[in-house]
Amino acid sequence: MAQILRTLSGSGLGYIHRGSCVCQALCVRKQHSRLDFSDSHYDRLYPGHIPTNPIQKALLALGSGVAALQNPYRHDMVAVLGETTGWQALMALRDRMKGDPEGCTVLTERPRIRLSTLDVSKMASLPGGSFGREYLRFLEENKVTPDSRADVKFVDNEELAYVMQRYREVHDLLHTLLGMPTNMLGEVAVKWFEAVQTGLPMCILGAALGPLRLSTSRLEPLVTSLVPWAVRNGRQARCVLSIFYERRWDQSLDDLRKELNIETPPFIVMATSKKAPSQS
Amino acid sequence: MAASIRYIARRIVRDYSRNVNCSLTGRIVRSSCPLQLSACRCFTDGAVDKSTHFGFETVTEGEKTERVYKVFESVAKKYDLMNDAMSLGVHRLWKDVLLHIMNPQPGIRLLDVAGGTGDISFRFLDYVRSQQERAARRAARANQTPSWQEISTSHKSSDPGKVEPQQSRAVVCDINKEMLKVGKQKADSMGLTSGLSWVVGNAEELPFDNDQFDVYTIAFGIRNVTHIDLALQEALRVLKPGGRFMCLEFSKVTNPLLSQLYDTYSFQMIPVLGEVIAGDWKSYQYLVESIRRFPDQETFKGMIEDAGFFSVRYQNMTGGVVALHSGFKL
Repeated sequence: MAQILRTLSGSGLGYIHRGSCVCQALCVRKQHSRLDFSDSHYDRLYPGHIPTNPIQKALLALGSGVAALQNPYRHDMVAVLGETTGWQALMALRDRMKGDPEGCTVLTERPRIRLSTLDVSKMASLPGGSFGREYLRFLEENKVTPDSRADVKFVDNEELAYVMQRYREVHDLLHTLLGMPTNMLGEVAVKWFEAVQTGLPMCILGAALGPLRLSTSRLEPLVTSLVPWAVRNGRQARCVLSIFYERRWDQSLDDLRKELNIETPPFIVMATSKKAPSQS
Repeated sequence: MAASIRYIARRIVRDYSRNVNCSLTGRIVRSSCPLQLSACRCFTDGAVDKSTHFGFETVTEGEKTERVYKVFESVAKKYDLMNDAMSLGVHRLWKDVLLHIMNPQPGIRLLDVAGGTGDISFRFLDYVRSQQERAARRAARANQTPSWQEISTSHKSSDPGKVEPQQSRAVVCDINKEMLKVGKQKADSMGLTSGLSWVVGNAEELPFDNDQFDVYTIAFGIRNVTHIDLALQEALRVLKPGGRFMCLEFSKVTNPLLSQLYDTYSFQMIPVLGEVIAGDWKSYQYLVESIRRFPDQETFKGMIEDAGFFSVRYQNMTGGVVALHSGFKL
């Protein structure tokens, strides 16, 4: 027992209070010990939360950055990079959402976009050109599902963790709004838009380094027209996280774009047959 | 009077069924009724699983076995890579030392429990093979300058050849099928097929007869076993008289400065490495916690002696980070 306490206090675990609280906590733990699984040091602030101290966050950011660069198919590493580096940007985003009435509603009601919560048959019966129908079409054409998003683990604030989760889930909707497929070119364009909108370091990195993986034939149209368009729209559009998309499925896509101040893309980017990594 | 007896009886039955329900479902928030729960426990102790540790958490014994299984199922594919990353390759040296101390002679049978990805067994087969090759080379060198007497005798006897070297056999036993799968793939890619078998089994209840093996090893596995004493008893059972029990395991670091460094490294770096390389923070957090929960060198030596082994001794490596315990069955 003393060994454990020494170890805990010595190694700077932030999630267990030092001093007398530890003894108390461990004693209390022993009382309910047998079947009480709620004494785990995980899931403190929200399900899936893993508390980390600044050193661990820095190491995670470094490691995940390297891993994501080496293998962009490791979505979990891109996710971890986003979580460990995005604290400031998440706070700014949360404040922006609070300033918008619809954003406030999103923050209080905390909607989640999952296949289980979507009424797919109802959305499929909506007229073509409506937001819901186009979103479904996007999911089918690019063979993606909204359920593949990793849960947030390393954000140490419950509300900011939701903002991060919302950002991940809105990413696919952004593809629909911007009319971009999930190939590398489309992803880079969306990343530029997100980088300007959210200011998340992970988006900025992705936007800057993404073009390096593109062939030169695709690089030219990207740089000359797609990126300026994405940046311009990122600046002028309303905060995309503040929109309660789940209540706007039957709204026409053009209408929604006009409301959000998003122009249609300068040219149609075709979805290629090979599915490219979608970044979270 | 009758009413109160009936009331008590009903309470006992209700508490018993609630308790049984609790142990079956397993996950109930205890915030509202800790006192009632402790009352239940007095009545129905036999029905509830005993508790044990899972890292720094407290769980039931059944749960521990299941959770340990899940940990190794999820880390199996990246297990070797993670070992190299976490120990900076030093784990290879530890395992080599184990083999050198074992000094197996050709023809002996090894049981490698919790052998998983097969590191010890591969080294064992390599060691034995190289021993045989060395012996063959020595014999060949001795035959370089034979006297004409020896030539004529060898011609007359027309020896078909040397006596076939005895086949050494290694059995890798592990409770986790994923780990064995990875081990088998490694063996196939290395071309090691003869003398190696893969068996699914629980260290607490080995699927082997008594007195079967010359050496029993368990490397970095015994701290994950729910009942260490049972594993030790099984080890005693399956070893031949004269057989050797060898256990390589993480242990207590005695030097205080090294201990501080080791703790910091374990709790800061290792889960991060687990997340980055294997995508699994929690399994590696469990790993570093389970090391802290394992008894120290002397206590473990006592446990081995209690199980019935003789001449038990241990050797520290890397300042006590790892200890090699060894005992004999007489």
